[in-house]
Amino acid sequence: MINFSYTIWILLLPFLMFLLLGLAGHKLKAKLSGLLGTFGLGIITFLSYLTAYKYFFTSEKIDGAFQKITALNFTWLQFTDKLHIDMGVLLDPISVMMLIVVTTVSFMVHIYSLGYMKGEKGFERFYSFLSLFSFSMLGLVLATNIFQMYIFWELVGVSSFLLIGFYYQKPSAVRASKKAFIVTRFADLGFLIGILILSFNTKTFDFISLTNPSGAAISQGSSIGFLGLSVMTWSMIFVFLGGAGKSAMFPFHIWLPDAMEGPTPVSALIHAATMVVAGVYLVARMFPIYAISAPVALDVVAYVGAFTSLFAAVIACTQTDIKRVLAYSTMSQIGYMMLALGVAKYGGETGLGYMASMFHLFTHAMFKALLFLGAGAIIHSVHSNYMTDMGGLRKYLPITHITFLIACLTISGIPPFSGFFSKDEILAAAFQSNKFLFAVEYAVAGITAFYMFRIYFSIFWGKDTQYQHTPHEAPATMTIPLIILAIGAAVSGFIPFNKLVTSDGKILETGINLVIAIPSVLIGLLGIGIAYIMYRRESTIPDKLAAMFKYSYKWAYNKFYIDELYLFVTKKIIFRYIAVPVAWFDRHVVDATMNTIASVTQGVSFRIRGFQSGQLQKYAFVFITGAIMLAVLFIYLWK
Amino acid sequence: MNSGIPLQYFLILATVMFFTGVYGFLTRRNLITILMSVELILNSVNINFMAFNRFLYPNKLEGMFFSLFIIAVAASEAAVAIAIIINIYRRFTTINVEDVNEMKF
Amino acid sequence: MAANQIMFVLFSAMIVIFSILTVTSRRILRAAVYLLFVLVSTSGLYFMLNYQFLAAVQLSLYAGGIVVLIIFSILLTSHISQKFESSGLKKNIFSAIAALAGATLSIITILDYNFSATTEAAKEVTMKLIGSSLLSVNYDGYVLPFEVISILLLAAMIAAIVVAKKGAPKPTELPNINQE
Repeated sequence: MINFSYTIWILLLPFLMFLLLGLAGHKLKAKLSGLLGTFGLGIITFLSYLTAYKYFFTSEKIDGAFQKITALNFTWLQFTDKLHIDMGVLLDPISVMMLIVVTTVSFMVHIYSLGYMKGEKGFERFYSFLSLFSFSMLGLVLATNIFQMYIFWELVGVSSFLLIGFYYQKPSAVRASKKAFIVTRFADLGFLIGILILSFNTKTFDFISLTNPSGAAISQGSSIGFLGLSVMTWSMIFVFLGGAGKSAMFPFHIWLPDAMEGPTPVSALIHAATMVVAGVYLVARMFPIYAISAPVALDVVAYVGAFTSLFAAVIACTQTDIKRVLAYSTMSQIGYMMLALGVAKYGGETGLGYMASMFHLFTHAMFKALLFLGAGAIIHSVHSNYMTDMGGLRKYLPITHITFLIACLTISGIPPFSGFFSKDEILAAAFQSNKFLFAVEYAVAGITAFYMFRIYFSIFWGKDTQYQHTPHEAPATMTIPLIILAIGAAVSGFIPFNKLVTSDGKILETGINLVIAIPSVLIGLLGIGIAYIMYRRESTIPDKLAAMFKYSYKWAYNKFYIDELYLFVTKKIIFRYIAVPVAWFDRHVVDATMNTIASVTQGVSFRIRGFQSGQLQKYAFVFITGAIMLAVLFIYLWK
Repeated sequence: MNSGIPLQYFLILATVMFFTGVYGFLTRRNLITILMSVELILNSVNINFMAFNRFLYPNKLEGMFFSLFIIAVAASEAAVAIAIIINIYRRFTTINVEDVNEMKF
Repeated sequence: MAANQIMFVLFSAMIVIFSILTVTSRRILRAAVYLLFVLVSTSGLYFMLNYQFLAAVQLSLYAGGIVVLIIFSILLTSHISQKFESSGLKKNIFSAIAALAGATLSIITILDYNFSATTEAAKEVTMKLIGSSLLSVNYDGYVLPFEVISILLLAAMIAAIVVAKKGAPKPTELPNINQE
């Protein structure tokens, strides 16, 4: 057995860094606190890579499968003998993979922010929040039991809230942070209910005993039924609600586009690469239960994922704020991952979707972080979020241009970049099990290529915009992470995921299926081609098309009015028919009771205050009369 | 020595004295005369103690000592009360109890 | 009628009459003198009851101390010949009713109650007994109340000096903290 107990430092270091920067940050120089945070995360990144190396290449396998290793576990809260909540570190293929993803992207974002956030007010606050986020995300990833995961899940939500609302003077940022928090919190309620149902039936929180495919936990709960579905299915659907909230799946997706109000590095870290895939990670973590005892819940996952990916891709084609396009693109890609999980089965050849999903999670983290950081560099030099303000930037921002192009090619699934491999696996998995979902995803692949190159051409080619001051390339602290991530995005497709991360830990033999690969590349190229025609030069085609499909364009431009629907439901229905009567009851019954008591007291005391006349002899008279009456009462009348 | 005088006579005498003091306390306006009424009340209580001691427990001394201490308390009370009265007189230039009524609502 | 009964009637008559005069007299100095008579008569009652020591204390402390104190304060605060205006009739009537009701109640209670006299022999109250009881720490000793009353007297004396010495500070004399 290899000793993994040092992994505790992966959790403790960012927490200590958060405390240090949060409590003493304002006393340090801004630059020093940024460097401290980055340095701390560097150590964590190193530890994570060490752990990954040791886990994947030196730990012993049993029966050809990677084992789940509990590196650390201690009882944190002991309620009764059976009911206790633990904290610990669990290492298995997906958690180690996530460790790499989180620390790599986080490290890049830390370096990048040194340049991007330079001179901002609250620089050290930013870094302390980043540390808090890293801590909670790593805790989520390494959780040994579902309750620890839930705790860190909420912590991630809090740090996301804090970072979205980083520019707290901006009302839109405050609104966005509240929206993100409330929507995800609402979804987390489902997660909590799911945890309670699940644990009540299986009598355990622990992941290893929960997800053991031949263990008692899985077979136990499936016999009890409710409304035609087994109780396990219900609990898994509820758990997926939480995952859908964090991963911005329809219908909980409304917070993610607004969350772009936060600083761009935060969008790259939290809302593209790490936190939003927590939902995928959650489903992957519980995958044996989904696959074996709750296949209906898994279907829900697949269809929600497919719908969201299509839905978000269509909206992405119409948006003009580049960060929002990227946000919708993120939703679409996460939909892909969800779908891949949804079509997978446990173990063997049918477990392809699981591996594909994790593979795509990994590559997506790289290229989407790259896209966001690239967008950050563009915004940094142009001072605008809108594509309409940009054009012809390839001359001014060469490094950003190249890296952005690589990212666009990657997400479009063009070989040999990594997106090609992972997307191909997903499409193959979908093809294996469900032709309808395959068709949807195939279309989405084309749309993805189209909207990515739409923004690419609009920003870097297109019309030559006159800038007030010439855009200049970002400083080295920003371009170096871009280059590193571009390399990662380009080559991570060659990582043998089929040997490392599979549903049952065993090696899965896969190859590139040309029947799927060639059409998927072709549709990607088709999307790029259309974008080239429409946006390479200034042309009237987009406007004509928009005019032609006036209504559907307007619908998509307004995000299918989902936000308005939510507003309608909350304001017109919940507010008018629940909140208003409750407020009325509160004001006219609860408050009124209190007010009546108070006003009666006041009125009575106003009337009787004359007794307190200041006339000593009146008091004495009353006292003596009272004393005589009491004497009469007790001596003669009380018998 | 006290044969032929029942205990009740002493008690009735003390009662009359006590309620005379109470009446004075309630009706007099001058703070000093109010103080005198209080002295009357204390004195009547002393008479009660002495009578009880003599008639009911002649072999003990509790009543007598109680009276002794009451006299001491009355003396200190009179001293403090007169100090306060003088102070009030300085402050309000009157010792009429009805004019000293600032402590009210 | 035995001599002691005559004495009792005399003393009680003096006490009742002078008490009433004390609380009704409209000249304050006279009221003080009436009070003196009441106190002296009370000490006569104590002599009658064979408590010579207490009677002496009553004479010296009350008659000699307190009444003199009261007369001093009268001289400080009032004119000797000052006549009070009679207090309100309504107030007098109500107070009288209250006092009479209380007196009636008490007297009825006293007459109703059956006091059981002890048969034990009376103790001779000598000065030596009083002194040793006062300073005794035994079961029937009074050293603790004696000490308490000493402290009380000391405190009262200091309080009287402090209260009477300082006039109420006028607003202008209050130390102004803000200016420092």
